[in-house]
Amino acid sequence: MLKVNDINVYYGNIHAIKGVSFEVNEGEIVTLIGANGAGKSTILKTISGLLRSTTGSIEFLGHNISNTPPHKIVSQSLAHVPEGRRIFLQMTVQENLEMGAFTQDGSKLRQDLDDVYKQFPRLNERQRQIAGTLSGGEQQMLAIGRALMSHPKLLMLDEPSMGLAPILVEQIFDIIKALRDNGTTILLVEQNAQMALSIADRAYVLETGKIILSGTGQDLIQSDEIRKAYLGG
Amino acid sequence: MVFLSYLISGISLGSVYAMIALGYTMVYGIAKMLNFAHGDVIMVGGYVSLIAMTSWGLPVWAAVVVAMVACTVLGVVIEGLAYRPLRSAPSLAVLITAIGVSYFLQNSAQLIFSPNPKSYPVIINGSLSLFGGKLTISYISLVTFLVCVIIMIALTLFTSRSKMGKAMRAVSEDKGAAQLMGINVNRTISMTFAIGSALAAVAGVFLCSSYTTLMPTTGSMPGIKAFTAAVFGGIGSIPGAFLGGLLLGIIEAMAKAYISTNISNAIVFAVLIVVLLVRPAGLLGKYVPEKV
Repeated sequence: MLKVNDINVYYGNIHAIKGVSFEVNEGEIVTLIGANGAGKSTILKTISGLLRSTTGSIEFLGHNISNTPPHKIVSQSLAHVPEGRRIFLQMTVQENLEMGAFTQDGSKLRQDLDDVYKQFPRLNERQRQIAGTLSGGEQQMLAIGRALMSHPKLLMLDEPSMGLAPILVEQIFDIIKALRDNGTTILLVEQNAQMALSIADRAYVLETGKIILSGTGQDLIQSDEIRKAYLGG
Repeated sequence: MVFLSYLISGISLGSVYAMIALGYTMVYGIAKMLNFAHGDVIMVGGYVSLIAMTSWGLPVWAAVVVAMVACTVLGVVIEGLAYRPLRSAPSLAVLITAIGVSYFLQNSAQLIFSPNPKSYPVIINGSLSLFGGKLTISYISLVTFLVCVIIMIALTLFTSRSKMGKAMRAVSEDKGAAQLMGINVNRTISMTFAIGSALAAVAGVFLCSSYTTLMPTTGSMPGIKAFTAAVFGGIGSIPGAFLGGLLLGIIEAMAKAYISTNISNAIVFAVLIVVLLVRPAGLLGKYVPEKV
């Protein structure tokens, strides 16, 4: 479904991503794990067009999207929930969701809103509330709900557990699993390697801009190297 | 009665400031830049409408439409050529460019129309007489105020209800996230300039009509005052620009009437300084602390 082939990304002189290739198949949860600064978010930003790779290609559903501007990516049914959620804090919950549906035909808006509200009852209670006043967990739900408004086939989530209490992290991961079970393919970037590996079908381990290891979630969770480096023993 | 007539002339002047301030605040609120050339777009609107009325013999309303079209095109071209390439540059660079565009427009107008003032017709004649002739309100004052209120309400509804208006607010908050929603940031900012410049054209017609003269620097002082009004009301806030413009006009009229014509501008700016000391975000502005 998504094929990333030998991408290199620079921030000025800094070579952030060094020849990374990987793929995501339909129906999978694939996770990219690695330490802070390994380049996980950079890869997602490159896929959604906010950054550019100097080499290689990014293929999505058979189309090369490596030169597609970011505002045209989402209408190809690829949505990105960015790091730090980046919801529109001064807009209401409903307006945030409407922005998620920006590229959609307006006639289905009501139906899509109702679907998201059904999935996230907390957002339903807070439709008219200014998004900046939501709690962290609610903001993450809003960020995911907003992305779902564009009917993505592939949903990229960047650190959805960041800054959330453990109970909320579990809720968010349950939501991610439910999304996959409903047919949305997931590319998940996480620092919480334990949680990410436990729900992932496959995983790639990133270190200073390179993929150093890959395998199924279960394999990696049991590998000594991973346990030492990322799972605390 | 004398006080009332000063008040009315203040409201009329303030309505013109408010119209200009609405354009300033739209562009600042969404593109996060101070378009110091905004006042000069007003001047261009003045010349275009004057030519349309006197040389082409068009009626006032048609001249306004022609000026709006011309200024919209001008605003979009300025944004595309001068500001868009600097989208990720430091804001100081954009500010200096805006000042450059301002001088460019003024000097171009000097070349094309000569620096000599041209007389501008009063677009609406006649006045309303109240209290047995003790108080007269000119129709142009009434129309200026009404047009300003209509523009303010229309802009408020546009940004709060329409899809494009909401997209503009999204762009103003977070360009990157807006792009991820599928919003074309460049087109949205162009649109903002188009709206701001069309408003500038309308403001230009009313401004020139109340001064009855027009020259290449006509826009610069009202432009600065309208910027003051926008800051006074809370820059980025549409009702704030409206309120700030009206108050500024009233303060200026009162200062001229009761204190001194010569230092009325100094008084206007002194009021701005005091307000900003007390309320740094302006009257209706929201102070949003940055999360670190």
